[in-house]
Amino acid sequence: MYQWDFGILWTYRWLFLNGLGVTVGFTVVIVVCGLLFGLLGAFGTLSRFKPLRLLALAFIEAFRCTPILVQLIWFYYALPILAGVEMTPITASALALSLYGGSFYSEIIRGGIISIDKGQSEAGAALGMTPGQTMRRIVLPQAIKRMIPALMNQSIIQFKNTSLVSVLAVPDLVYQSQVAAHDSYRPLETYTAVAVAYAAILIPLTILVRRGEKRLAVSE
Amino acid sequence: MSETSKIEIRSLRKSFGSNEVLKNINLDVVKGGVVALIGPSGSGKSTLLRCINLLVVPDGGSVRVGDTRFAFGDGSKLPDVRTLANFRATTGMVFQHFNLFPHMTTLQNVMEGPVTVRRMAKADAETLARAQLAKVGLAEKADQYPATLSGGQKQRVAIARALAMEPDVMLFDEATSALDPELVGEVLNVIQQLASEGMTMVIVTHEIAFAREVADRLIFMRDGVVVEEGPARQVIDNPKEAATRAFLSHFHRTGALPPATTAS
Repeated sequence: MYQWDFGILWTYRWLFLNGLGVTVGFTVVIVVCGLLFGLLGAFGTLSRFKPLRLLALAFIEAFRCTPILVQLIWFYYALPILAGVEMTPITASALALSLYGGSFYSEIIRGGIISIDKGQSEAGAALGMTPGQTMRRIVLPQAIKRMIPALMNQSIIQFKNTSLVSVLAVPDLVYQSQVAAHDSYRPLETYTAVAVAYAAILIPLTILVRRGEKRLAVSE
Repeated sequence: MSETSKIEIRSLRKSFGSNEVLKNINLDVVKGGVVALIGPSGSGKSTLLRCINLLVVPDGGSVRVGDTRFAFGDGSKLPDVRTLANFRATTGMVFQHFNLFPHMTTLQNVMEGPVTVRRMAKADAETLARAQLAKVGLAEKADQYPATLSGGQKQRVAIARALAMEPDVMLFDEATSALDPELVGEVLNVIQQLASEGMTMVIVTHEIAFAREVADRLIFMRDGVVVEEGPARQVIDNPKEAATRAFLSHFHRTGALPPATTAS
């Protein structure tokens, strides 16, 4: 029977905290940038101009249909050779994860927008609103409510996907725990603690979102 | 005719794919006139109505409302987004399914046009919106969300929302077709009141008795053409065309309006 000893992890507390900071900071960056890419992708696919539609579709499918681990490695090792763009591991992984997340966000945002009854934009148009005004005032406020659960879900996946940046030696929580595990010869305790840390952050968040959803549903 | 007419439509054509929905339609509505459009479903009457405020862009012909005229077809450029929006701001439309904005209160629904399109100050828009709600008998519902209203109340809010833009003409697209029978009267009453105030209106409807009562002209359409046109009572009481007679035989043509439940 294995003798658990979680006490040993206390020695590495600053390492873990550092890693956690990087992980959380990384998530904030890739969620914000990902949503931005997602918005661009969604409006691209809904555009009246065919070239823009095709471009957005190409972006979405390229990132949605290839593994994120491959994308990370490709952005860091292949892009410098092909395009001559030299990137730090942090920039490369932030970009890859943002674009990867953005491709999924695009589909969520597009789906939310087209789920709003056509009569709503007709009513806006009939009042004399421009398509932009109708989108901002009428469609998006309703669509966002419907998108929130799916956007949150994708953001949770994004949070966990940051663990992959350790392959590019970005010092996130997983990378630091590898260091700790090699040093302490206690991988079981280390990785259990890491799993608990991820869950401890995500579970309160999901509860918060569930509450928010209920509050939003009242005004419908 | 064309000098006094508020709405003038000439040789209007529209196809959806290979389906020709409007074939060379001409229509004049005088200022303060009320025209009822009737016909079986698929006759093109809703499409014609939607061409008047260009929610549907015609393939050919011309549309004029007030002083604004658009020509369509070979060589004519489609109006840009801003021109279209400005034009639509002068025409009010009421839809079969109300299309109220569910994320806004009744008051906010009515204020939306004046605030967003006309850039009216919030306080002024609120005064205007409350007055319009009072006019359709729903002043006390101002702070409720549409989901809490009955169908008849929703449609009256939709009318108030359109009126808040102070439009030159009002277009009604089967405004009572989605309502429970006992709620039809309260909406028709509001429309009748508008007619008596001299609002220029085009009404697509299946309420033949109402059309006979309120409209001064009636147009019967079938398969994308105007089959018969004339004074409403004359066409309904003595239709000349066989197709009109056949269509009207499905309806009670006379009698009082459906009883109006008092505004509530």
